[in-house]
Formats: sequence, C-alpha cells, structure tokens
Amino acid sequence: MNKRLSLFNWTIILLGVVFFFVPLIVTGIFSLWQGGNRYGFSAYALLLNTPGFWASLFLSFRLAVETIALSFFLLVPSMIFVHLKAQWLKPLFEFISNLPFVIPAIALIDGLTTLYTGPSWLISTPNYLVIPYVFLALPYAYRSMDVGLTTLDVKTLTEAGQSLGAGWGRIIFWVLLPNLKAALVGATLLTLTIVMGEFTFASVLLFHTFAVFINDTGQNAITEAAALSLFSFLITWLFMLGVLVTGRRNPASLGGAH
Amino acid sequence: MAANGENLTSVDNTTTVQPPAGTIPAGASGGFGALAGRLFPWVFVGLFLAYVLAFLVAPTVVLVVQSFIGDNGFTLSYMEGLLDYQYMLAFENSIILSLASAAVGLVFGGLLAYAILQPGAPKFLRSMTTSFSAVAANFAGVPLAFAFISTLGTLGFVTVLLKHIGIDIYSMGFSLYSITGLTVTFAYFQVPLMLIIITPALEAMRAQWREAADGMGATSWQYWRLVGLPILFPSLLAAFLLLFGNSFSAFATPYALSDGNIALVPIDISNVLSGNVMSDPQVGAALSTGMILVMAVVLIIYSLVARRAARWRK
Repeated sequence: MNKRLSLFNWTIILLGVVFFFVPLIVTGIFSLWQGGNRYGFSAYALLLNTPGFWASLFLSFRLAVETIALSFFLLVPSMIFVHLKAQWLKPLFEFISNLPFVIPAIALIDGLTTLYTGPSWLISTPNYLVIPYVFLALPYAYRSMDVGLTTLDVKTLTEAGQSLGAGWGRIIFWVLLPNLKAALVGATLLTLTIVMGEFTFASVLLFHTFAVFINDTGQNAITEAAALSLFSFLITWLFMLGVLVTGRRNPASLGGAH
Repeated sequence: MAANGENLTSVDNTTTVQPPAGTIPAGASGGFGALAGRLFPWVFVGLFLAYVLAFLVAPTVVLVVQSFIGDNGFTLSYMEGLLDYQYMLAFENSIILSLASAAVGLVFGGLLAYAILQPGAPKFLRSMTTSFSAVAANFAGVPLAFAFISTLGTLGFVTVLLKHIGIDIYSMGFSLYSITGLTVTFAYFQVPLMLIIITPALEAMRAQWREAADGMGATSWQYWRLVGLPILFPSLLAAFLLLFGNSFSAFATPYALSDGNIALVPIDISNVLSGNVMSDPQVGAALSTGMILVMAVVLIIYSLVARRAARWRK
C-alpha cells in the first residue's frame, strides 16, 4: 500500500488552504489599513466608540438568548413526551423540523408580514424576530435533542423517577435535563451562531441587529466592515469550537442563514 | 400560563401522595389529579404544534392562497406574471448560481474530503479540516460578503495585487458582483458543507473493494468508474441537492455583496417587501410560492435519494 499522499491530493489540499485562508488574512490586513501605507488599529478603535456597535451586538445576543429559551420551552418537554409515550408522533415532529429548509427565510418573512399586521406590541419591537428565529434554529435544535434522547434511556430514567415519587416537572429538571446537557449545550451554541449572524428577517423588518449593523457599516466604511467581518468569524469560530468539544456525537451539520 | 403552573403543582402533589404506580390501577382512584397528570404533557405538544401552525404553516398557506386569489376569485395571472422577463431572469440566475455553486462544492469538497481521508494524510490536518469546516459552513451572510469584497472586490487586495503583476481580472470579464463572483463566494460555505456531508459516505468505502479491484488488475480509473462512483452516486446526488437548496435560499450574502442590485429570486422578494419596486404584494407572494415549490421538489428528491444512499453504510 502506498502510504504517502499523491501529488494530486497535496495540490487539492494546498488549493483549499489558499482559498480558505487568503480571504481571512486579507480581511485582517484590510481592517488594519488606514489609507496610503499606514496601518493600525484605528478601525477597531472607531468601532468600539460607535454606539451602534454595542447596541446591535447586545440586541443580537439578547435575541439569541430569547430564541434559545423559547425553543427549549417549546421543544424539550414535548420531545421528551413524544419519545416516551407518543412515538407515533415522531414522524410528524421530524417532518416539522425539516420544514424550515423547504420554506426559505425570505418567503417566511413575506408570509408573516402578510398575515400579521398587528398587534403592535408584538410586531413593533425587535422581540418579534424571536418568532421566526425559533424556526431557523429548529432543525439543529431538534436534531441535537433527538440524538441526545435516543442515546439516553429515557424510559428507565423516567420510571425510576416515578417510582421514587417524582412528578413530571421534577423528572424533567432533575433527571432528564442534566443527562441531556451535551445535547442542550450543542443546540444552544448552534442557535447562538445562527441568530448572531442572522440578516434576512432583521433587514426586511428594519431592526438593527448585529448583521444589519455590519451591512450598514460596509456601505460606506469598508475597513470597519472588514474588522467587523473578522470579529464575526471569530465569534462563529468560538461557538462552533464549543459545539465540537461538547458534542462529538452531534456533528455540526448544515450551515445557518446565508 | 397560570393554568399550566397550577397543573404542575397538582401533578406533583398527587404523585407524591400516591403509592408507586402499579399497586393501584391508574385512573381508577387517581381522580382529577391523575387525569391532569396524563393530560399535562399534551399541553406542551399542543403548544409546539400550535406555534408551528400559527407562525410557519399559516403564513405559508396565506402566501400560496394570495398568489392564486385575485379580486375576482381564483386566478393564475400572478403565477403567469412570473413569466415576465424580469422574474424569469431572477429564477434563471438563481438556478444557474445554485447549480454552479453546488457543482463547485461537490467537486472540490469531495476531492478535499477524499484527500484528507487518505491513510497518508497527517492526522492534525484531518481534525483541523473538520473543525474549520464546521466554522466555515456556518460563516456566511454579511461578513462573508465583506471578506470577499476585501479580497476580490474592485479594490480588493488580491485584485490590486494581480493588477500589479499585470493581470487585470476585471478587464478579463470577472466581477465579484456577478453570478460568477457569487459562485466563488458561495464556495466558501458550499465546499465545507460538502466535506461535512460526504465524509461519512467516503469513510464507509471499504479498503477491500479497492484491494479486490487492484488484485484483478483494475486501473485506478477503472476502479472509480466501475466500483467507487456507482456506490457513491446516491450520496453524491443527495449532497448535490442539499447544496443546491442551500444556495437557492441564500439571501444575506448576495444582498450584502450587490447591495440588493442583482437579479435573484430572494432579492426580488425583498425588493417587493421593502417597497423598493412598485409591484403588488401578490407578485412577492407568487415569487415566494415559486421558491417554496422549487425547494419542495429538491428536498423531496433528496429524501428519496438519501434513503438509497444509506444502504452502503449499514
């Protein structure tokens, strides 16, 4: 057996390294450019003093946390129950979890704005975004939870809890959730990644999330946009590393909102 | 909400007071508490289904209805409106872009996955590629667009560098703000996605198959043409369809790259929604319906193919 890589395979790998690293390096250099031959951190310094930067970053983060909370509230108890007592509902849940792939974000927002023109307390604050964001996160949250539940002996754990006199609330919070930690952390980090970078819903509904802020900045300040792009790559990197570390069984799959 | 809270406490009370299940026939003496206990989980299933119905299914149905109902009842005029030059162009561009970027992802991602899975490939390379792919497949949208503007835009670093050594890619017909440019940009998330999808299928290829072919004197080309590719074909097709769908529904990247000035279906929908163009909301609805139709067809074929692809992985 030939144990060494062929020249062809090395060429492919080299091409890959060039294609994937050059844009990152160049974006880094660009973000340091101050016109002419001068380089420095002025773009970064400027950004830190731009009120929109912190406001949009915190808004996106807050929305991500809200999305995670709502997703878990809707998914965790119902999925545990379906696993335990209503396996016949599983195909329906699986089907629903794939629907967000069929209905593109831009089409969903079209439908949502057509159907819901009020009440204004709901649709006029950025919190409205959480509703569609739950669907963006749904396929990943569902799959992560499903893998977690399948590898866990939910039935035995629940019966053990019940025979010791625990109610449903106690079983979920004290027995099942701690055992599903890896799956939940994975789902949390993926949702964070997706929501922090989400642009479609926010831009159509005119809310100033982080991705919208990057886009607005980029229309007139390209070096700052480069700095922001690099910053968001690092955020993605951080979250995805977390996913890879916590859930080796749950490979992070499809990309989020492109 | 208050009702849920009450249910929760009543369930707790009854179950702690009751002896373990089995000693008393459930339901016979449990009374209201036991019934509530049994119904309680359905509240959550119901909530989830109601949420999906209200915010995913209903908006989609409204779109479809809106694109077929005019002032005088049922009409096909809005869907026929999609045959206008402008919208035909958008669909054509979206489909070409999706085919091209899926093809690039398929070929390059496939070859890359194959190369790093070779026994001779350094181990660190494999783990590095896996984690980088997870990041890059999720790194998209606005930041990706600006990274490529910095690199290959009219004033991009690589563009200027190439110009210095006498290669003016823009005068050679390349533009980042065209379908070609978008294909290159999309490759940044399509290639890693392909790598993630295809790796399990490649890992399932047994070394014995290759050895058997070698033993019978097959050339490398014969092995791939007669054994390798036919086995991989369903997996490759499934991957291609996913990549196609991934690119077809992409909005943020092309929007940020072209500032909303490129004829693609998602961009046209957003222009109708934001009132940038004077057209009826029904046009937007018809475009969205068309998009959902394309995605549904792609993903139905995908699920059929994926079932076949799983055959060799058992």
